[in-house]
Amino acid sequence: MKDSSHLPARAIQLGFLVVVMGSWFVIGRTGAISPLFVPPMEAVWLAFSRLVQTDQFWSAVRTTLMTISEAYGIAIILGILAGYLVTRSRFLTQVLEPVVSGLFSIPITLFFPLFILLFGIGPASKIAYGAAYGFFPIALNTIAGFAGVNSNHLNAARSMGFSSFGTFRHVLFPAAFPVILTGLRIGFFICFASVLGGETISSVSGVGRNIALAAELMEPARMYAWIVVVVATALALNTLVSGIENRMRGH
Amino acid sequence: MKLAHTSDKAALAESSVAISARHVTQRYGEPGDPQTVLALDNVSLEIRRGEFLCLLGPSGCGKSTLLNIIGGLIEPTDGTVTVHDAMVRGPLPDKIAFVFQESTLFPWYNVAENFGINFKYRGVARSEWKDRAIKALKSVGMADFIDHYPNQLSIGMRQRVNLARGLSSGTEILLMDEPFAALDEQSRMVLGEDLSILLAEAGKTIIFVTHSLAEAVFLSDRIALMTARPGRIKAIIDVNEPHPRMPGFMLQPRFSELRNACYASLHDEIRQAMVAAERGGETSG
Repeated sequence: MKDSSHLPARAIQLGFLVVVMGSWFVIGRTGAISPLFVPPMEAVWLAFSRLVQTDQFWSAVRTTLMTISEAYGIAIILGILAGYLVTRSRFLTQVLEPVVSGLFSIPITLFFPLFILLFGIGPASKIAYGAAYGFFPIALNTIAGFAGVNSNHLNAARSMGFSSFGTFRHVLFPAAFPVILTGLRIGFFICFASVLGGETISSVSGVGRNIALAAELMEPARMYAWIVVVVATALALNTLVSGIENRMRGH
Repeated sequence: MKLAHTSDKAALAESSVAISARHVTQRYGEPGDPQTVLALDNVSLEIRRGEFLCLLGPSGCGKSTLLNIIGGLIEPTDGTVTVHDAMVRGPLPDKIAFVFQESTLFPWYNVAENFGINFKYRGVARSEWKDRAIKALKSVGMADFIDHYPNQLSIGMRQRVNLARGLSSGTEILLMDEPFAALDEQSRMVLGEDLSILLAEAGKTIIFVTHSLAEAVFLSDRIALMTARPGRIKAIIDVNEPHPRMPGFMLQPRFSELRNACYASLHDEIRQAMVAAERGGETSG
């Protein structure tokens, strides 16, 4: 049953990829769309193979990955901490949960110039920006996770004489964990997108900066080569993250 | 000499009381607030050691609240509860085990781990965990499911395991809050019979909250009938039937008489509770 439904799903996914690549190839051949917008596949491949041989490529990738991991690390620590502290009292949850979700609805992009003013044009501003964006889904899911713990389970734990650490370890944490995990996943991809976006808007280094630069210099093939790198990284990370998530959920 | 004898007798009588609730009042909301709800009004009740007492009353009459106060999970607004002559000021995991209406097995732990965590905090030696869990599971016919997770079991099976976990706690007192409410009538009956047999062997002191008349009569030594909110003890009915109870008990005229007596006493209370619920839509408990 599982295998028979698994196989067509994979085939459709693969088919989608083939159609996208095929259209790209055909568009490049026929010149239906200006090569300035969609350069031929071979040109992008050529640009890509040149790119990976440069030091500039690897240094940009390193900068961006470091920025993302620092931003994400800060978002995790602050998001989980804030989320947990908010749920320590029902009153605080009622007051602060709408505040946090309200703040999340504000486009933080508006404050990006402020981040540049405060932290400069280097990676620090992108770390702060990515962390600010990643913080919210993590904090909100942490709040939802801890606030959604079944009160019957807490009552049972009290009647069995659980210590407060025991209640955290055996009831609160396992109950909240799956919800927090979802927050970590959403937070990661928002963080990833914000850092790259921030680099594109205003920075001196990193993958996003190079994409913007290639566009400004009218080098679409090189720009697409960079984009391919980002897409491939995102897909690889998505696979990795879902793998970790599934393992942690015990499937 | 004679004086000493009487005081000995008094001491004996005193120690035969397992739980004593005196003038327990529970009010929800701040004093003076018009929204305040009087859930329990001056309830006094004594439960003897080894006795099976049912709290029977309409929805929202404060049965569960009273049970939670006795077990130290809620602090009453007024009044005191003593268990084995000691004041209750919080949960007493070495003396009291709860079995709640909804299965409170932790879904992230399998059956064995659910037993283990209960034993751990009640101070049972780790070497005894497995044997005690298996023994308790056998008594409810669930020994084969020790490695299963709760969501792999049906509701009825979960409630059996939940019951077994409560029984295995090794406490003398068991407080059961509508433990069979989530089950269909047939499963309830069968589990009720099982419980009666188990308890006859175990000799535990039990308070059992229910709003099923038949369940109350079938299981208890005494039935405390409660009024609609605010909850008071309206009457106490003695059942006087040896344990374990057999299904045949339900066919005897005495069973129907007792059941009808309970119903007659509760009839007005139930109607009153229904009117109150229509008017206020207040929470049950």
